[in-house]
Amino acid sequence: MDIRVQDSDFDAGGELNSFTARQTNAGAVVSFTGIVRDVEPGLSVMEIEHYPGMTEAAITKIAEEAMSRWALSDCLVIHRFGNLKPGEDIMMVATASAHRADAFAAADFLMDYLKSRAPFWKKEHTADGTDWVAAKDEDEAALKRW
Amino acid sequence: MIDILYFAWVRERIGVPKEQIETKAATVMELVEELRSREERYAVAFSDLEALRVAIDQELSDFDAQLSGAREIAFFPPMTGG
Repeated sequence: MDIRVQDSDFDAGGELNSFTARQTNAGAVVSFTGIVRDVEPGLSVMEIEHYPGMTEAAITKIAEEAMSRWALSDCLVIHRFGNLKPGEDIMMVATASAHRADAFAAADFLMDYLKSRAPFWKKEHTADGTDWVAAKDEDEAALKRW
Repeated sequence: MIDILYFAWVRERIGVPKEQIETKAATVMELVEELRSREERYAVAFSDLEALRVAIDQELSDFDAQLSGAREIAFFPPMTGG
């Protein structure tokens, strides 16, 4: 398990390759990368605030839950904070398992939980001003799938 | 003494990221009531508890929870990670 919370950028392709290279027994690797999406009337900065200490603990707990629910051999979570620009990578998850179903389901679970249970808050800076991104009801509802 | 942390718009409305207070509150709700009665900015920030989440010692909790022995309470809006 590899959990990283950082303000610096990361190379999603390179991370995926080294994660895959570390797996000796996996038959499947699934990865997801979250990217800063532009919004009307043009996003200058996506500010991501987090709760140092709790963030790492919460992500570790979510990843441990994924490892225990599915037959994963490994998982990786990288999540950035700070000021990001449109097109920059915000976060990635990767999961490895013997067969693809476990890796897909665990990656989906990780994303649903990171969205609503990892203490990050996003603020959009545009020409119109700044706005905290509101949590969506469907994101909370998505947790009930698990 | 207990550390109170605020994040996102809660931090902006209250005006500080962190403060230490002396409290006899037994539950999170009692602490909220105490803060609300302090100043208008707290009353505004805590006006709608449905829009707030609370963590006790860095673990997500709820407003009915006991504070017994807690060192750090954090208030924030629903999280938007991912």
